[in-house]
Amino acid sequence: MTKKHDQSLSLSRRSLLGGATALGAASVLNSASAGEVNPDNLPPNVPEWTPYLGEGVDANPYGLPSEFESHVVRRNVEWLTASAESSVNFTPLHELDGIVTPNGLCFERHHGGVPEVNPTDFRLMINGLVDRQLIFTLDDLRRFPQTNRFYFLECAANGGMEWRGAQLNGCQYTFGMVHNVQYTGVRLSDICREVGVKPLAKWVLAEGGDSAGMTRSIPIEKILDDCMVAYAMNGEALRPEQGYPARLVVPGWEGNMWVKWLRRLEFGDMPYMAREETSKYTDLMKDGNARMFTWVMDAKSVVTSPCPEKAINNRGVQLLKGIAWSGRGKIKRVDVSLDAGRNWQTAELHGPVLEKSLARFTMPFEWNGEEMFIQSRAIDETGYIQPTIQALQAERGVNSIYHNNAIATWMVNKDGSVDNVRLG
Amino acid sequence: MSGLVKQKNASIPIVGFMLAQLSSSPVFAEQRPFNLGSVATSEQVAGWDIDVRPDGLGAPIGAGNAIDGEEVYNDRCASCHGDFGEAVDNWPALVGGEGTLSSHDPVKTTGSYWPYASTMYDYIYRAMPFGEAQSLTHNETYQIVAYLLNMNDIIDDDYELNHKNIGKIEMPNSAGFLMPDPRPDAQPISGNPCMNDCNVPTQIIGKARDIDVTPESES
Repeated sequence: MTKKHDQSLSLSRRSLLGGATALGAASVLNSASAGEVNPDNLPPNVPEWTPYLGEGVDANPYGLPSEFESHVVRRNVEWLTASAESSVNFTPLHELDGIVTPNGLCFERHHGGVPEVNPTDFRLMINGLVDRQLIFTLDDLRRFPQTNRFYFLECAANGGMEWRGAQLNGCQYTFGMVHNVQYTGVRLSDICREVGVKPLAKWVLAEGGDSAGMTRSIPIEKILDDCMVAYAMNGEALRPEQGYPARLVVPGWEGNMWVKWLRRLEFGDMPYMAREETSKYTDLMKDGNARMFTWVMDAKSVVTSPCPEKAINNRGVQLLKGIAWSGRGKIKRVDVSLDAGRNWQTAELHGPVLEKSLARFTMPFEWNGEEMFIQSRAIDETGYIQPTIQALQAERGVNSIYHNNAIATWMVNKDGSVDNVRLG
Repeated sequence: MSGLVKQKNASIPIVGFMLAQLSSSPVFAEQRPFNLGSVATSEQVAGWDIDVRPDGLGAPIGAGNAIDGEEVYNDRCASCHGDFGEAVDNWPALVGGEGTLSSHDPVKTTGSYWPYASTMYDYIYRAMPFGEAQSLTHNETYQIVAYLLNMNDIIDDDYELNHKNIGKIEMPNSAGFLMPDPRPDAQPISGNPCMNDCNVPTQIIGKARDIDVTPESES
């Protein structure tokens, strides 16, 4: 038997780990994998991590992903915006499984940076057409009856760069303005009962406490139907960049309406026509008119592997993975095509399939070095079918920026690399 | 909520008394069901209720014209938006763009696109200058809005914009917005998606790799 580690018995675990970290970082730069195979760690040898004690329970009071996963991060596109404080980054969808987005990987969109709201000084004011104008502390909110729900949140501009053609070569950059977490919080309908909504109130202005003072008008029917004030995501307090300590949840509707760092809800008899629902988040059609109040996120899906960031490395059997979602309800079915949309087969939809939540699908397929054009097509429980880009362009033109839910095409090249392409 | 609405019609006499307190609709309840929160004073509400509606409701008392606005604009706005509202770098242009909305390259400015002057007041006061939110006085805000409206040829330079007329300014593109939302659109006429031998475009007409604007770290 060969003992490869005998010369290092006197070394501390810490110094070994330090060396491994340096190697790991270098390899991540070279490729998305965990680096070169070290035969010393393979059978029949005893791997380097086996003979020694690992870190104790006090090493990481708040656990972090493995150092070998350091490439799994949100990324931004610097040239897209004038400043990082009013910008966006993207969820690495291609690195995730299941339907839950880890909190630290949920894409960010801020209009005035991330405010540091002290929870002790947090206040939610309710004013306008109500019987009682009230102010709630965070503790007040936590004493209301609680609801726990999984919902996707998608920015209306997700895929907005792709209206005219294939522009960004990555699943993360073209689909990554979506995330899916379990929210814990208060039903707005309960808050409405507490303040007593006057019959004239038809609209609610939600306002953030950030430097942008983000505001959106939401019809009262939606507020009473399924909106929440959330104070937790995936079991822990909201992350600062997701609205800590409390944000609005507007299930199935565009992410801009999910006002973060919520400070005020005003009830009124008409929409407020804030900047974010007039100048922005209106969809310019080809005739120069713009659709306004296009709130629902239509059904959409994407293949997250293979994709431009996830090349095929070996011939033979592959597992295709993807996600689908609809703002109108549950996903009913996802079809996958390997030949540019000429022929389709239905993928396996994994549970749980929840309303207005991401759903996971997979499909095994065979690849033997040929060119392949992969597409996915979601169908939701209302019968809505995810459209082609050509159908969307015919209806809306190419200047709408928002609400691009078109089918994407990933081209698998003969070497296994994958490209975002536009077919026509 | 729906559960409570159903209970309202229940004919069980014992719970009838309690349910009566929920009134005709739980949303319009007479009593506070949870007794949470504290009453907001008018002073507290006034400090935070800064929104201004299209009809002018909420507009704070104040006034300003474009002549006075030029100096404030140059001091507080021009470094990002340009001396003439033409924009610096990636910051938004505020002036011009008339007639471009149906073109290949639409230019959406306060003049060419924004449907309400009230929105300009509301947004500038709450969020501008970028990184100095709510630092302008009300008069300064009216002055800046007047200056932008004047640069967009909507009002004269000596027109006094104030809380009484901010809701009455007619913006060039006020009729340019469509409601209600016509979606779902772009759907197959048959209602069923094609599954086999579908007639679809298969020529590659563009590759993101060739455009080459994807950040380096990804490739």
